[in-house]
Amino acid sequence: MTFTSTPAVDLAAGIAAGDYSAREVATAFLDRIAETDGELNAFLAVDTPGALAAADAVDAARASGETLGPLAGVPVAVKDVIATEGLVTTCGSRILEGWIPPYDATVTAHLRAAGAVIIGKTNMDEFAMGSSTENSAYGPARNPWNTDLIPGGSSGGSAVAVAARQAPLSIGTDTGGSIRQPAAMTGVVGVKPTYGGVSRYGLVALASSLDQAGPFAATVADAAALHAVMAGHDPKDSTSIDAPVPPVVAAAANGDVSGMRIGVVKQLTGEGFQREVREHFQKSLDLLADAGAQIVEVSCPHFEYALAAYYLILPSECSSNLAKFDAIRYGLRVGDDGERSVEQVMAMTREAGFGPEVKRRIMLGTYALSSGYYDAYYGQAQKVRTLIARDFAQAFEVADVLATPTAPTTAFPIGEKVDDPLSMYLQDIATIPANLAGVPGMSLPVGLDDKGLPIGLQFMAPAMADDRLYTAGAALEAAVGWEARP
Amino acid sequence: MPALSRDDVAHLARLARLELTDAELGHYAEQLDVILGAVQRVSEVAADDVDPMSHPVAISNVFRPDQQVPGLTSDQALSGAPAVEDERFRVPRILDEE
Repeated sequence: MTFTSTPAVDLAAGIAAGDYSAREVATAFLDRIAETDGELNAFLAVDTPGALAAADAVDAARASGETLGPLAGVPVAVKDVIATEGLVTTCGSRILEGWIPPYDATVTAHLRAAGAVIIGKTNMDEFAMGSSTENSAYGPARNPWNTDLIPGGSSGGSAVAVAARQAPLSIGTDTGGSIRQPAAMTGVVGVKPTYGGVSRYGLVALASSLDQAGPFAATVADAAALHAVMAGHDPKDSTSIDAPVPPVVAAAANGDVSGMRIGVVKQLTGEGFQREVREHFQKSLDLLADAGAQIVEVSCPHFEYALAAYYLILPSECSSNLAKFDAIRYGLRVGDDGERSVEQVMAMTREAGFGPEVKRRIMLGTYALSSGYYDAYYGQAQKVRTLIARDFAQAFEVADVLATPTAPTTAFPIGEKVDDPLSMYLQDIATIPANLAGVPGMSLPVGLDDKGLPIGLQFMAPAMADDRLYTAGAALEAAVGWEARP
Repeated sequence: MPALSRDDVAHLARLARLELTDAELGHYAEQLDVILGAVQRVSEVAADDVDPMSHPVAISNVFRPDQQVPGLTSDQALSGAPAVEDERFRVPRILDEE
């Protein structure tokens, strides 16, 4: 059997049943990475010894009759912004080159407890700032559908790992679309859970009020299995929601949308979206209607201000979060000749260690938070955030889930937008509102454009109703019958 | 409100502890000006009667029980430090020598 094209839940079942060993599965994916990653650059670190040791531990546990975790023996690739004890974590930045965390993120600990095999760390835009993975200090990741194109970002490496079958599952983070947009660009399923649904402890913060980790997978059911393992209340994260994990696995198995009200967001359907993106979106709505869903139109008039609010709130939070990279406690230190002051060393280190997009956003945030501008920029953006949350609340009075295209276009050439920040920022126009309001969102593949590149559709649901994404996602996945592979 | 000059960017860079090159100052002045021009749209909506939202989850004062839990050892905490001396972070000169 070909392990690399087998769904994660089937791999877990096969290992648990003793049909094959966790070591065989891990070896198949490690071989696949060795064959393909020279070109794709999805991984910043591949942990062969660690993965084989974890796989052997699963095989030994099974041999001695122990109960196995839900993902026992399933390889998982982890975005390089999530702390993994003993395994290098760089956030795609020179400033953390070679940093080995002395602790596990809660998400990482959940993976280990579930028996998952952490296979490596994936490439990303530096500190998760970007929509193309071109902002990685370690070179861009490439889209397996066409290696001249970007795979989306910032979690591009995690999306590529699943799309190219280098791992059956991967973890990304999503601050303004960084899971959903690369999922759309690479033809895989990606989910941003409800803010507070998955612990942020050990996730290197970009914008603390927006960041959320979530799963990538080839199928809706696989995404649900990983989501269930990642999620849950964590006392180490004060913003973690103390409530049961939504029943995502059951919802993915059910997929019955009869009577479900699906709201089409009027403001995110027309102008600015590529023709094939609009066509496949409409076709998907028809499929959902055929499956018994009720399609309704909703209006979210303040969504058009979301991008502007986001590019004030995010830089403000990131400029203060990234102040911790000060050349004192970890990471790079430049210019410490015994003469220079700590301030000079900090400034030289940050200049040498951060890339252009990180510097842009730090300065933008510094500006937006400066005295005299705070009310006009950051304060005003926070009010817009309230209006966007109200738009969602009203929309969810008449709809159970909302639907939009995930991204305005399919994948674009590497280099095309890298020095044109505003045009790059527009990639996230449909995904940013969910982060501002804290609601969950999913992207799944629904078709190919005229060039044969994947197109994604996004569902959004009310906070802590993540299961609805999986119900709608499973229904649409079945109706679309997605079988295309890069 | 913008236009940002090179001097403005140099000031921001000082505040943010970034020792930018001359070429970067000019480049960022142009780009930041364009971005600020675009994000200024937030002033078109949201009047005084709208409350600001800092966070998606309404929370305040999350406490944990006052119990000791194991933390990092000093070796672990210092494991990523750029310079260590006597089991402590060694830092560059902090005070002026006068």
